[in-house]
Amino acid sequence: MSLSHYLTVSAILFAISIVGIVINRKNVITLLMCIELMLLAVNTNFIAFSRYLGDEVGQIFVFFILTVAAAEAAIGLAILVVLFRTHRAIDVEQLEELKG
Amino acid sequence: MNVEQIVFYFFAALTIIAAIGVITVKNAVQAVLCLVLTFFSAAVLWMLLEAEFLAITLILVYVGAVMVLFLFVVMMLDVDYAALKQGFTRYLPLGLFTALALFAVIYWVVRSKYFGSDVIPEPAKHGAEYSNVKELGRLLYTEYFYAFEIAGVILLVAIVAAISLTFRGRRERRGQSVPGQHKVSKEDRLRVIKMDAEKAPSDELEQTADQNDEQQRGNS
Repeated sequence: MSLSHYLTVSAILFAISIVGIVINRKNVITLLMCIELMLLAVNTNFIAFSRYLGDEVGQIFVFFILTVAAAEAAIGLAILVVLFRTHRAIDVEQLEELKG
Repeated sequence: MNVEQIVFYFFAALTIIAAIGVITVKNAVQAVLCLVLTFFSAAVLWMLLEAEFLAITLILVYVGAVMVLFLFVVMMLDVDYAALKQGFTRYLPLGLFTALALFAVIYWVVRSKYFGSDVIPEPAKHGAEYSNVKELGRLLYTEYFYAFEIAGVILLVAIVAAISLTFRGRRERRGQSVPGQHKVSKEDRLRVIKMDAEKAPSDELEQTADQNDEQQRGNS
């Protein structure tokens, strides 16, 4: 298995999550899940380079990305719950209070 | 085709199919479960890359904590997910075009001409005495210790933020007011009330008992 194989897989994952963000423009939960997919693709890139360049620091970086992504998911879902309590909906297109 | 290639192609295909499932299925619970499958198969790919600690962390932290959180939220919110999928096909051509263009650009960079096995040869496998956890721990607790502590603070802030965002109880603080305690006087605490003296309840009981006895005597 060459490095190119792993990079191609993560490029496909990244492209799929871009499609997901574009076509699921209403559902905030799916948007959050697509962001998680994107981070997975990036982490796979980091680990593949760490293995093929023989440098463990890439894995340390993935460790910190996982930490920040967990915090982001927790706060994002908390904001989503608050949003649903005030609007009874999670449709992105209905969020227009701040529109000028 | 050796075993490693079979494992790689199988789990890479599984990752991609599950990721397509995440963005296309109508039911949000099924989307979360597809994402769990994506994480599992990506963990196998990480295992192939000899990142054992991170592969296990991905399953424990992501599947065990973050995805369960997603499932809780999806099941807790009473949302019509089918209605949210309206307009799904409207943006599909745009999305497909964007993704294909992005993938073409990335693939042009990462194709085997630049990152193939003859340019970057596959490094030798580590022996049985190599410990990935030991190596990561050595780096994490020496060179990256400061960043490690900041990561801990970030997690703490995330806990506080998530709880305070979703907290629905009373917002008042239950603190001690020291100036108020000093300013208090005897009149605030003690109140003397003037009232008539009451008859002791035990006397009433004895009286009624006597009356009952007299009535019984009269009856007999």
